[in-house]
Amino acid sequence: MSSTSPIEKIPTGIPGFDHIANGGMPRGRTTLVSGTAGSAKTVFAAQFLAAGIQQFGEAGVFITFEESPEALRRNMVGFGWDIAAWEEQGKWAFVDVSPQPDSEELVRGEYDLGALLARITYAVKRVGATRVALDSLGAIFTRIENSQLIRSELLRIVTAMRAMGVTAVLTAERTQEYGEIGRYGVEEFVTDDVVILRNLIEEEKRRRTIEILKFRGTSHQKGSFPFTVIPGEGVVVIPLSAIELKQRSSNLRTRSGNDDIDRMCGGGFFRDSIILVSGATGTGKTLLATTFLASGAAQGERVLLFAFEESRDQLFRNATGWGFDFETFELNGQMRVICNYPEATSLEDQLISIKKEIQSFKPQRVAIDSLSALERVSTMKGFREFVIGLTSFIKHQEVVGLFTSTTPTLLGGSSITEAHISTITDSIILMRYVELFGEMRRGMTVLKMRGSAHDKEIREFIIDGRGIHIGKAFRTISGILSGQFTHTAPSEIERLGNLFKDEGDVA
Amino acid sequence: MNIIVLQLFIAGRTPRTEHAISTLRQLIEQRLIGYPCELVIVDVLTDPQQAEERHILATPTLIKMLPLPQRRIIGDLADADGLLAALSLPPLSSA
Repeated sequence: MSSTSPIEKIPTGIPGFDHIANGGMPRGRTTLVSGTAGSAKTVFAAQFLAAGIQQFGEAGVFITFEESPEALRRNMVGFGWDIAAWEEQGKWAFVDVSPQPDSEELVRGEYDLGALLARITYAVKRVGATRVALDSLGAIFTRIENSQLIRSELLRIVTAMRAMGVTAVLTAERTQEYGEIGRYGVEEFVTDDVVILRNLIEEEKRRRTIEILKFRGTSHQKGSFPFTVIPGEGVVVIPLSAIELKQRSSNLRTRSGNDDIDRMCGGGFFRDSIILVSGATGTGKTLLATTFLASGAAQGERVLLFAFEESRDQLFRNATGWGFDFETFELNGQMRVICNYPEATSLEDQLISIKKEIQSFKPQRVAIDSLSALERVSTMKGFREFVIGLTSFIKHQEVVGLFTSTTPTLLGGSSITEAHISTITDSIILMRYVELFGEMRRGMTVLKMRGSAHDKEIREFIIDGRGIHIGKAFRTISGILSGQFTHTAPSEIERLGNLFKDEGDVA
Repeated sequence: MNIIVLQLFIAGRTPRTEHAISTLRQLIEQRLIGYPCELVIVDVLTDPQQAEERHILATPTLIKMLPLPQRRIIGDLADADGLLAALSLPPLSSA
């Protein structure tokens, strides 16, 4: 029999963190949380305690070296954490080691931090704490010059906390986003577990990321993950690559609202699937999205639209023009339309608000018009993470998602959106302009339809007052997708067709 | 007459504690003769609440409570020399 038990983890309750931490913080240990100024270390530390109280009924002790308890109580209210109330209820205790303005301290002779340890022990016992946060290491070093002493005393405190069975978070400053973990050279040997918070500037845009550098003896997700700090919630980690591809997929079909398109897709879109509609501006993507949502609402489904290109008025007016009464749908509570400018917020925050809307409205259909509008407010990397995060989230919700994507060129072409998303979407519909003997026509094709047969032809379609009508396949023209058209004489097509006659018809 | 109130925070009886206490005794008995002097010793291990209220970080910590202004000295006080000046003692009662 082995006497060593595997390392247990406690869920922190910080959204997304437990996922990348494969369960949470190692129980009974001190985890170092290191970051530059403004990387949300204090929020993280406070949230570790707040989430413990709110979600698990675990009391916590906050040891503050930097901000006064008064300032912390005030600053954390915005995240929905009523620290003063928790203090009254005996769930939260401060150990205030912040600088006292009225008393200067002189040093004469030898000392240790026995008083600090006694106060921590006392506070932990008083509230029955299982979680402790120390914020921050750098402030201890500015208060006490003897770094050798701090090193040994810190070790004593960490050891004592381990003996008390508390799980702790210790924050530390670093001067650079990459490089040494901390400034004082004590950080790594004091704790077995290191988490790094970063606040990077990429292409003049701020991006926060979190990385678990090490959890000694236990697993965690590797690499850095974006996170955001939002009012009323605090730190929210977006665990992108941690998302497992275990979505349930069903064979249920959902009508797209257009019989022709359903036919091209082999009978409609699958429920729990993501459809990407790509096309140049004006090819009819918004109409397709509108039709898709309206037909859902007409069947009594709940539908949700995120519009990043057009205003509410425009969308409603256009819908009316095509015979869809968005206003009534909305009054019935079947539809929600959310319009905002992509520039209004960061992509991380956008993702979180989209997720929240979907969770609260519980729609059967979701459309985003357009995904590519969001491209311009973010870095490539940030956008890719957003798309992956969004698609996997939507798939988990068992809804049909339809995203539109605008190609940068009028003819042919593809967009960054497609490059990032095409492998995770289940279906791709391309809408393209086709130049035909001096005339602009429109062509549509189903490029991909996962798990189903579909029409492989590029068909012409027209848009009139009643919507999209799909016609015949383009027979005399090739190169539509690339935008490099060549016209072929009908006789040649027939000859080519005969060459492959045995293949038969594809559905 | 101005009373002198000193508070010494210790964490158990350690050599540092003993050193600080004996240095203080020596100071009071030899250099503060004639001044009413009160020395309170607080052991943070048995009375952590006091340490919390006074924001004590290190031990030993000596606080001169009275006369004002308050003074704080961290450490085992080394020796009695210069300690009076550090504490701004004795008080200038007649001035």
